Amino acid sequence: MLPPKSSIARPDPAASLYAKAGLTVLTATRAIADEAPASADVSAPKVIGLLKTPTGISGLDEVTGGGLPRGRATLVCGPAGCGKTLLAMEFLVRGITEFDEPGVFVAFEETIDDLRSNVASLGFDLAQLEADGQLMLDHVTLVHGDIQETGDWDLEGLFLRLGAAIDAVGARRVVIDTIETLFGRFADRGILRAELARLFVFLKDRGVTAVITAERGEGTLTRHGIEEYVSDCVIVLDHRVKEQTSIRRLRVLKYRGSYHGTNEYPFLIGETGISVLPMASLGLSHSVSNDRMSTGNAVLDSMLGHFGFFRGSSVHVSGTSGTGKTTLAAQFCNAACQRGERVMFFSFDESREEIIRNMLSVGVDLRQWTDAGLMQLHCFRPSLLGLEAHLFTVQQLVGEFNPSIVVKDPISDLASLGTPVEVAALLARQVDYLKARGVTSLFTSLTSAGGPTRVEQQMTSLADTWIIINSVEDRGENKRVLYVVKARGMANSNQIRELLLTDHGVELSDVYDGAAITKRPGDS
Amino acid sequence: MSLPEVGFELTVTTDDVRYEFTLFVSGASALAARAIANARRLCDLHCSGNYRLSVVDIHEDASSLLTKNVLVTPTLVKSLPLPVRRVVGDLSQRDKVVDALDLPATRVVRGTMARSM
Repeated sequence: MLPPKSSIARPDPAASLYAKAGLTVLTATRAIADEAPASADVSAPKVIGLLKTPTGISGLDEVTGGGLPRGRATLVCGPAGCGKTLLAMEFLVRGITEFDEPGVFVAFEETIDDLRSNVASLGFDLAQLEADGQLMLDHVTLVHGDIQETGDWDLEGLFLRLGAAIDAVGARRVVIDTIETLFGRFADRGILRAELARLFVFLKDRGVTAVITAERGEGTLTRHGIEEYVSDCVIVLDHRVKEQTSIRRLRVLKYRGSYHGTNEYPFLIGETGISVLPMASLGLSHSVSNDRMSTGNAVLDSMLGHFGFFRGSSVHVSGTSGTGKTTLAAQFCNAACQRGERVMFFSFDESREEIIRNMLSVGVDLRQWTDAGLMQLHCFRPSLLGLEAHLFTVQQLVGEFNPSIVVKDPISDLASLGTPVEVAALLARQVDYLKARGVTSLFTSLTSAGGPTRVEQQMTSLADTWIIINSVEDRGENKRVLYVVKARGMANSNQIRELLLTDHGVELSDVYDGAAITKRPGDS
Repeated sequence: MSLPEVGFELTVTTDDVRYEFTLFVSGASALAARAIANARRLCDLHCSGNYRLSVVDIHEDASSLLTKNVLVTPTLVKSLPLPVRRVVGDLSQRDKVVDALDLPATRVVRGTMARSM
């Protein structure tokens, strides 16, 4: 709890001020917790901010600006099957394994055996944590049938039991899942509400950081209004099915005294637990590279200031049908693989074997790279996954494989997944995510003759380099011409060159001097 | 009302015990006092001369929390005759207690049960 001594002694005035401030807050909350919990919010200096307990859950700490309010209760609510229990359990397990904070899990619904086996698939060995004396699982069974009330009562038994469990492991974190079960059992709601209010004061007094789960009600946050008692931090989980695709979302509805991300963030229950992807919160602060990487075509390299694309930049190749966009992308991958780099290729309109065969016909042998494990080809129709799931899948694959290049061919197929605004947001998140990882992205898009599509318009600001390939009819021939519309940070060529698809890939001829070139909007 | 003594056992029986009760209370509270007084009166009225009533303070005997699953205090458990039945609360609603614990009716009713003010 206390800041390490070294940070206090550090000469940096800001750091020592912070350490002092931390100490002040700590003493203040302690004293308040002992005497008058209600006055905490009034007297605590707002400038310093709350002390937070990191959850260790991937992405959640970023959304909450550092974790849940320390020494207070957080309400996690949502419909059945939205992942409340899992989130709560991961909060405890990560608390133990990553922050050395023992925990207590009070379950009103699931039995201990169920809890253990439900999270075993995520690699959480609860039995081991229990044996180590760091975790206490307590299943509170309620007597079958109605509980006959014959006058006033209290929940002292539950309090004592909870207190004993906290003491047994020296718990710093407590989960109560789902306290609202009690509402189904007692007729006297007045007493029950008073007792619940007392329970939350009790938890605060014990100084534990608590997560309380509750089921979502009809038109209300929770079925029985638990949010009246737990008001410091409220996290809402949701589980929707949109166009046959299930999407889980998380939102921080309220976080008293702290900034927090206000969006709905998609989250995924993966093999290692919950991951919340706060992608929209990524600032434009990624480190930039001056490294260049070849496009796989010497002439194109020369058009881009002689050295090709910047590493970690985003490249957009747009063009009409059959102009060689995929081939250009494949050559870029081929060159990277030759340097021993890893590439990931997403195709939304061709199967794996089709791509390999088609690229072989223009002299690009991709099979050698997939066999060597340097290249991953992922082929699926975008409609297979929803927007969010698409984002997740791509990011998960990228996270696992760690490629230096990601190709998506073509992104115009994503337009069917949502409204233009949604698709634009997806592309922005994707580009930001890849940039933050230092991955070079090459997205192709199919344009119609009528002008730029919406996806294309979105890409014009996102892309660092924009290459257009067009078909032109010239003197009885349908010719493909390529030019660089923009290339941030490099002296790019203004030339228009004819693109030839040969049996050894894309070739760019000398400067094209035909007359019938249609200029595109945005051309500089 | 004076605060009660807890952790005692009260046996009023002539021959074999027919009725056996355990009352779980929490400390020396007014709630506990009411429940104890009501329990005694209830036993005297409905199981006269033939019962054993034990009063357990859950603060003193924490094992009862888990073994008897006592979450609510006061809780009155009737362990004999079978089946085991339980009620919670200060037992001020006598009709409910009698009904839930399946106690014999009584003809004589003197005074009322202790209630919270």
